[in-house]
Amino acid sequence: MRIGTFKTTRLPLLVLASLLAGLQPAHGIPAFARKYGLPCSACHEAWPMLNNFGQTFKDNGYQLGNDRDAPIYQEPSYWPIMFRTTPMWHRENNNRQAVDAVPGSGSSGLVESSVTTSGFDLGGLDVITAGTLYKNISFFIQPFIGNSSINLAQVWVRLDNLAGSHWLNLKLGRFELDEPISQERSLTQNNTGALYYNYFFTPPGDRNFFAGIGFPQLGVELQGHSDNDSTRYSVAVVTDSNGAAGLPANQSADVYANFNQSFEAPWFGRQQVGVYGFFGESPTYFQTNGGTPLPGTGTGNRSFYRLGAYGHWYVDKFDFYTFFMHGYDNVFLGNSVASNQPFNLPLGAAGPVWNGGFVEGHYNPNPRLIFLGKYELTRMSRQANLSIPSNAGNSDTWTAGYRWYPIMSPRAGLAWTQEYSRIINAGAAPLSGKADIHDSYLMGFDFDF
Amino acid sequence: MRMKLEWAGTAVILVSIFVSIVGSVTGSAQESHVGKLIGNAKRGKALYERYCIFCHGPYGDGRGESAPYLDPKPRDFTKAVFKCRSTPSGSLPLDSDLYDTISRGVHASGMPSWKPLLRQERVDLVAYIKSFSSAFEEEKPGTPVQIPPEPPSSPDSIKRGAELFQSMNCWSCHGKDGRGYGPSAATLTDSRGYPITPFDFTSGTRFKCGDSDQGMFRVLVTGLDGTPMPSFETAMTPDQRWDVVHYIRSLHTSKNKHTQVKPEVKNETQGQ
Repeated sequence: MRIGTFKTTRLPLLVLASLLAGLQPAHGIPAFARKYGLPCSACHEAWPMLNNFGQTFKDNGYQLGNDRDAPIYQEPSYWPIMFRTTPMWHRENNNRQAVDAVPGSGSSGLVESSVTTSGFDLGGLDVITAGTLYKNISFFIQPFIGNSSINLAQVWVRLDNLAGSHWLNLKLGRFELDEPISQERSLTQNNTGALYYNYFFTPPGDRNFFAGIGFPQLGVELQGHSDNDSTRYSVAVVTDSNGAAGLPANQSADVYANFNQSFEAPWFGRQQVGVYGFFGESPTYFQTNGGTPLPGTGTGNRSFYRLGAYGHWYVDKFDFYTFFMHGYDNVFLGNSVASNQPFNLPLGAAGPVWNGGFVEGHYNPNPRLIFLGKYELTRMSRQANLSIPSNAGNSDTWTAGYRWYPIMSPRAGLAWTQEYSRIINAGAAPLSGKADIHDSYLMGFDFDF
Repeated sequence: MRMKLEWAGTAVILVSIFVSIVGSVTGSAQESHVGKLIGNAKRGKALYERYCIFCHGPYGDGRGESAPYLDPKPRDFTKAVFKCRSTPSGSLPLDSDLYDTISRGVHASGMPSWKPLLRQERVDLVAYIKSFSSAFEEEKPGTPVQIPPEPPSSPDSIKRGAELFQSMNCWSCHGKDGRGYGPSAATLTDSRGYPITPFDFTSGTRFKCGDSDQGMFRVLVTGLDGTPMPSFETAMTPDQRWDVVHYIRSLHTSKNKHTQVKPEVKNETQGQ
């Protein structure tokens, strides 16, 4: 049984659209600033991007360890909640969108045309309540109110410093994986540059239930770190549901692990290197009733993995992220074919293999200003079958911008942001099969309280 | 035209060298030294503005934006009076004392441990903090107090310590049972006139100036400048101070009775 029909040229656009629909603003949490009287800049290089002090605070279960962490020490009126939204103006342009040759005439045939939209807009509303339930018990709840939907992005409870050790912390719930560079804390918000595409990449024609390490996952995480966070590890066991509640796929478990080590380089500052990997199995078919798949009955699991290495390099007021990912999906996942029907595999079928990475640089002259630039690419090295063009799935993304923080206090934060980004999806134009180019420009106020 | 450009380039280089030299000379007064690390006040200023300014204020006077909401109040660096020192009462602290306080944080206060910062960054912060007071240019820190080897804790030592706790009037602030509710407790203020609470030795809370027995011994010698806690350098012999340390340890938690407690946090500069 061939589950899906592959449309080489449309898939990347569909994936992009679905990602953008689910895109949520990243977060900084002024509720913590209010609790401790510290400014945003204490924990954030430039919010929402964490610095090492903020990362240590997070890894300690949102505790500073100064005996003022438990809720009992807070003013009764203190409520650990924050809101964040981004009123903005943005412009989007797609150079090769399929449109009717005669507008309004569905029978006039399709042609490719440049389509531009622009105007004032909203980025949805992020609500976060987080902190400590008790000393060494932390929590996080993040409902996201989109312009047309509400969902629970993250919900978890964490037992911190088990046996009095920083090395043992146990988290349960739906959480962001301990990603090399946090997707939730991206400094950009525009439609094409806000994502780390490698975190969400799925090869052309692939039907892996797992859609990327950028999605929050449901499971349990064991995390540990040294006193000053120079050494960190995390191991998460997550249900193979890509974070979706209700056990929609099956009951298999995937494993994600991350390890990083920091060191102090004289004259340069902090340097960090790390490795990570996600290893799992995803169902290729379901038990059915009248041909309709029964949720939770996925079977015929086949394997996949994502693994790579990364670094974070400081050179005085500059810092650079470097990231590499290598990915593989089993041939049945890559071709959307049920594993009990191998005769449906197309000619030359193989497990898709790809590589990707990005370089992201920041210049942070002071806590109130940060300039950023990013280049990201994905490259297929082996397609799932011979019918897929060799360059399908390849993409290049450039992003540049800055964020200025005119208000930064222990109570709230306000940032003015301007960003431009361009993504080129090779062979993704819907009719011509040429490169599809999407430009995005955004300016607006990003604020939280 | 090419000649002019070369001259302009040379001039820029010379000016840069001059500025560097002047900068390094004027910067030397605002240096700090901790171990082999040399702190730079200019770099420390950038860090201060990122991490410290909202509590300690732009002028280092403890009047930052968050200060009204904090108890105890942030330190006023312009007075150059510091609680946690290895130097005698009334003298300036060593750079390593300030470094240790930044690294350790001050328990039961708004001051967290800044150990996640790089060592160089913390040394740079020390250099900048010193720049708030001319005292660091006019005076030298005191000679660090000597801490003799600690005798083993014993029931006799604890008993002697308990007697000293009473006879030295420690109880008038800390209370007869060490819970911080002595008869004078309600009237105590720090050097800036803010109410101050004596330490509750039974709480299990970590001590402000270090958790080791040596740290407690040192506080008995140096006192806590800026607070009503005096120095007992002349009022007690070293052996008596150890007895008091052992008695306080016995109050800390019952499980620590008659045992020497392993320090929870070691000063990074110990031995330097």
